This record gives sequence, structure tokens and C-alpha cells, in this order.
Amino acid sequence: MRKYSWIVMLASLSAMAQTPVDDFFYQSGKIYVVVAILVIIFLLLTLYLVRLDKKIAQLEKERNEA
Amino acid sequence: MPAPDDIGILARTIRNLHFHVPMWFTMIVLLVVSYIYGIKFLRTGDMRLDSMSSSFVKVSMLFGLIGLATGSFWARFTWGTWWIEDAKLNGAAIGLLMYAAYYILRGSIEDENQRGKFSAVYNLFAFPIFIVLIIIYPRMAETSLHPASGDTIGFSTLDLDNDLRKVFYLAGLGWILLGVWIATLKYRLTEIKRKDEEI
Repeated sequence: MRKYSWIVMLASLSAMAQTPVDDFFYQSGKIYVVVAILVIIFLLLTLYLVRLDKKIAQLEKERNEA
Repeated sequence: MPAPDDIGILARTIRNLHFHVPMWFTMIVLLVVSYIYGIKFLRTGDMRLDSMSSSFVKVSMLFGLIGLATGSFWARFTWGTWWIEDAKLNGAAIGLLMYAAYYILRGSIEDENQRGKFSAVYNLFAFPIFIVLIIIYPRMAETSLHPASGDTIGFSTLDLDNDLRKVFYLAGLGWILLGVWIATLKYRLTEIKRKDEEI
């Protein structure tokens, strides 16, 4: 078991380490977490609306051909 | 608008209350509308009501997914993990999967009348279970990290000077209206497609 203990150590180290991404989101009272969540909402809603737009465009195309 | 900046690990992320929570409100409102139209469809057999019911379920899934994504991100920088075994989180995930099964059910039936009936009956049973999974079961759980479930207090107890409420109620209303609008767009599109196929 001791042979693999370095894996456990590495894994626990990486779990604890503050990555640059963590530093970014933990600064200024974690306010960028709120920004990121706004971005998530905006992107997902936009993605859905663009897909809806494509479906409407497809319908229009079919109508013009008919 | 002022908001508390010092609630423990939340720090200033308390503002997510106006974004993450209304996603679930919107999902529930859309599902209620879908439920009502499902029952109406079962009583009358009018295919327009089925389009209405299914469109609202589909858009409610979108808001549910956004709710999960925003919640997961919020959890990463407050609880320190993307996902954790927790009554609220697991309940929400199972609830969403239940409505994913609604999609699969609809996709598997060719005849539109039968598809409408099967999915309306499925919806009839799925919605009460969904409410139990995302609200009642987490509340009855012994422990939970999520606010207002298990042994964790809700935000209402922290918002002593009603600063958050002023924004939260308006934001909730706004997100719900946005959701209903997108769902009606989806309904109109579904209806046009259905009529085209009839001809």
C-alpha cells in the first residue's frame, strides 16, 4: 500500500491547492461567482433561443419552397 | 440595492439568491401550467392543449438545467465542491431525470393522440413526486448543506432588514415572466409544426 501513498498525497495536495482560478473567484468577497452565474444563465438561455430561431428559420424556408 | 456582504462562506455571493432560486420557481410555475393543460387535454382531447403542456415541460427543463448549473457553480466556491451527496441536490437531480423520461416517453410513441394521453398521464403522477423530491424530502432530511433544507436555515432568517426581499420578489417575478414567454414561443412553434404535418 505504501507504494501508492504518493498518489493519495498528490490527490489531496491538488484538492487543497489554490489554483489561479480559485484565487480569481475568491477575491473581492467572491463577487465574480455572481458574475459567472449571470454568464451561465445568459449563455444557456441564448443557446436555447438561438436553437428556437433556427427551427423558425427552417419553417420559413419550407413555407417559401411550398 | 444594498445586500449583506458578510454571511460566512457566502460573502457577497448572497446576490445569487436573485438568480439561482428564481430558476427553480420558474421551473415549478411552468410545470404547474403544463400540469393544468395536461388535465385539460385528458378531458377534451384537443391537440393544442397537448402542445401547450409539452412545450411548457420542455422549457421548464431548460430552467431546471440552468438551476443545476448555477447551483453547482455556487457550491464550488462556497462549499468547495461541484456536487455533494445531499438531499436537496439529489432530489433535484432525480426530479429533472424524471422529466427527462417524459421526453423519452414522448419520443417513443408515434400516434400523436396516444402520445398526448400517455405523457399527460405521466405528467399527472410525475409532478406531485417532483414537488416531494425537491421540496418536501430535502426539508425532512436530517442534515443538508443547502439553505432551507435539513438542519440548515433559510435566507429569510438572515434578511433582517428586508434588503434582499425587495429585489428577490421582483427578480422572481421577472424570471417567471421570462420563462412563460419563452414557453409560449415554444408552444407557437410546436403548434405551427403540428398544423403543417396535419395538412
